Amino acid sequence: MELNARIPAGPIEQKWDRHRFEMKLVNPANKRKFDVIVVGTGLAGAAAAATMGELGYRVRAFTFHDSPRRAHSIAAQGGINAAKNYQGDGDSVFRLFHDTVKGGDFRSREANVYRLAQLSLNIIDQAVAQGVPFAREYGGLLANRSFGGAQVSRTFYARGQTGQQLLLGAYQALQRQIHAGAVEMHTRQEMLDVVVADGRARGIVTRDLLTGKVESHSADAVVLATGGYSNVFFLSTNAKLCNVTATWRAHKRGAGFANPCFTQIHPTCIPQSGEYQSKLTLMSESLRNDGRIWVPKAKGDKRPAHQIPDDERDYYLERLYPSFGNLTPRDIASRRAKEMVDAGHGIGPMENGVYLDFRDAIRRMGKEAVSERYGNLFAMYEKITGDDPYEVPMRIYPAPHYTMGGLWVDYNLMSTVPGLFVIGEANFSDHGANRLGASALMQGLADGYFVIPLTIGDYLSQLPDGNGDAAAAFKDVEKEVRDRTDRLLSARGSRTVDSFHMELGRLMWDLCGMERTEEGLKDALERIPKLREEFWREVRVPGSGESFNQSLEKAGRVADFLEFAELMCHDALQRDESCGAHYRREHTTEEGEAKRNDEEFTHVSVWEHRGGDEAPREHREELDFEHVPLSQRSYK
Amino acid sequence: MRLTLHVWRQSDARDPGRFETYEANDISESMSFLDMLDLVNERLTEDGKEPIAFDHDCREGICGSCGMMINGVPHGPKTMTTACQLHMRSFSDGDEIWIEPWRAQAFPVIRDLVVSRDPFDRIIESGGYVSVRTGSAPDAHTIPVEKQAADEAMDAAVCIGCGACVAACPNASAMLFTAAKVAHLALMPQGAPERYDRVLSMVETHDEEGFGNCTNHGACEVACPKGISVDYIAQLNRDLFRATLSSRPANEAKE
Repeated sequence: MELNARIPAGPIEQKWDRHRFEMKLVNPANKRKFDVIVVGTGLAGAAAAATMGELGYRVRAFTFHDSPRRAHSIAAQGGINAAKNYQGDGDSVFRLFHDTVKGGDFRSREANVYRLAQLSLNIIDQAVAQGVPFAREYGGLLANRSFGGAQVSRTFYARGQTGQQLLLGAYQALQRQIHAGAVEMHTRQEMLDVVVADGRARGIVTRDLLTGKVESHSADAVVLATGGYSNVFFLSTNAKLCNVTATWRAHKRGAGFANPCFTQIHPTCIPQSGEYQSKLTLMSESLRNDGRIWVPKAKGDKRPAHQIPDDERDYYLERLYPSFGNLTPRDIASRRAKEMVDAGHGIGPMENGVYLDFRDAIRRMGKEAVSERYGNLFAMYEKITGDDPYEVPMRIYPAPHYTMGGLWVDYNLMSTVPGLFVIGEANFSDHGANRLGASALMQGLADGYFVIPLTIGDYLSQLPDGNGDAAAAFKDVEKEVRDRTDRLLSARGSRTVDSFHMELGRLMWDLCGMERTEEGLKDALERIPKLREEFWREVRVPGSGESFNQSLEKAGRVADFLEFAELMCHDALQRDESCGAHYRREHTTEEGEAKRNDEEFTHVSVWEHRGGDEAPREHREELDFEHVPLSQRSYK
Repeated sequence: MRLTLHVWRQSDARDPGRFETYEANDISESMSFLDMLDLVNERLTEDGKEPIAFDHDCREGICGSCGMMINGVPHGPKTMTTACQLHMRSFSDGDEIWIEPWRAQAFPVIRDLVVSRDPFDRIIESGGYVSVRTGSAPDAHTIPVEKQAADEAMDAAVCIGCGACVAACPNASAMLFTAAKVAHLALMPQGAPERYDRVLSMVETHDEEGFGNCTNHGACEVACPKGISVDYIAQLNRDLFRATLSSRPANEAKE
């Protein structure tokens, strides 16, 4: 497996411009000769499909939802970063770049991150022109808020529904292209495999979720925009249908998987309230702007929050990190919360949370101003817990939320399989070992609107004529897909799919979650194959393969999680350091922070699938930090 | 608590469908309505039966996937709440709950509680956007937007496309859904150039898709989990009136 990141030469601020000039173009008349498949219609996928359709490519977009608008991007709450410096507080492209590299704990590729910071400007312009109703000030100009990991105010937002509004903007752009005949939309179609022939991606095989029909779709290039894999933990903030299948199938066909162990645990989620629970709900990180996080100083203090006087409260983030306070990056805020709960300071009926308190914000700004900023989040919280956050502090606890790992891509966002591109959360690219808040929307849209529509042309323009017949390869893959479906249906065991998923999730949370150890990971690597074997023997999937069958859909996804989980543990074990969200208990500084080992681990770990019983093989992309010197992160 | 569920079961559009009754035991009040259905489905699967099909995804009231009639009310008894945000503390021990799919000609049943809402996409497709080429936008601050207009646009833009408005309407009209998008874009300066063509085209598609007319019952506003006001339908009607009076016929205007 060859890893050539193809980073353009020249000074960092000129790389993207120069690359745009040096890339080969497809002339407008020729664009309509190329077929491009986009899988997934979240921010990245919808933006990419709409823009490529607009440019003249023949685009087919696929989603397993009933409509492109349902993608999980819709649930992003807090906002989107852009280095506009509209607040005049000293922001710049370089500062956003710097914050992102540092926030990622020096495990991302500088050139990509710099491009991301540059494109952040275009994204806001584009979204505003589309009519995205961002929050405004009284003068009619755009409002900003602050977010974790930054000391400037650069986050644009639409109440607590920024992801929804940006996705609807991209969705509407996509619908416009569908109307124009430039994009053909396939809803309720799940991609179950990638077809590779003659060393290039040639198309995909899908299952129609309504009829069960397995079909082939060929194309000159395939773009995966299929999101992240936090649901490997079963309980996460991701939507229930989010899964690893598309990227895992691509991995098994030759795409390297980069840093799979980099999974982000979001600090502000509603704590679990019982065994049966199906998912966890995130409360936007923007709440940390005005909310103060604390636990009672006394262990096991059962008094209601308002009866605990100030001097008996520990505002631990403000105490430990005076300059960033409640706005420390996510990994730090999460780990400290876990520490507090583990040490016996947890609050709530299950003693599994910490307080996020708006008492002081309400006193300072008034209830109305607080409601203006966070009203819908407060309402959401009240619906779930029955508590009113204007009166009683919120209870929060970390939960799996985002995955920085993903398929490895070069500067053009192409995977190790030529012709297979990966965008948005599905790739590993820009966030290193920890993503800063309000950066996921930015990356999804940068990839979708502004990067892939140009870089794909560089590939297509160099495709040899007479692309060779791939019919046999499609046939083989179709058969594999059908066989697999039959196998799931014919196991007829005694356990439900969810029971396996929950068991896997608990195992991964305990052994490969917020804190990892060599011993625990080795244990996980012993147990996962056994669980997988039991799954294939004991799973019960009711219904047939020829109709709408949600149990069958779920079974296929869990089967892939059961394979993928093992790779995640291999990666976490091999990365014998702590960095960002990857916290190995063996590697802690005296102050209790993640202790990186730059000597040995300043690289991306890219895994090659070898099949059968063979362990995956690791390849490395070494990372250089020329512009943001390697340093211990400090938010004190 | 212990509940009795009467759930609509229908294997596909051709099947006439029927209610089936299930006992749901050991339901705790902190469960969400969909957690409860998950549990019922787990037990059905263990008993060798086919689980109840229902659309769902984010489970936090924003994706718009879930939607079902609960005791005859879209998304159930709580206002401003989707089915996935409804919690069992809204019910009591011994309750009977009737669960049905959305009922509307334009939303054929796919299976059990799952319906096709494809017409919504086609309504958006026919004009629910601002025609702006990627990369062609001017700096965001060259388009100031009055705060009040932006806020009102946002109040309309929060629509999640769940279809509750259609299910609640005695005419199965999708006018609230259509008006929410028309108003969102009409209230922003960005939407102005296409304002009148948009409303003509979207209303035309709305009618072609088999949705009924709006006769101002207002049931949609009550059912809307995002609290979108019927005032936006009034705004749509004003724009439609103006657009219809203008000299350019819709088709000509579109070209």
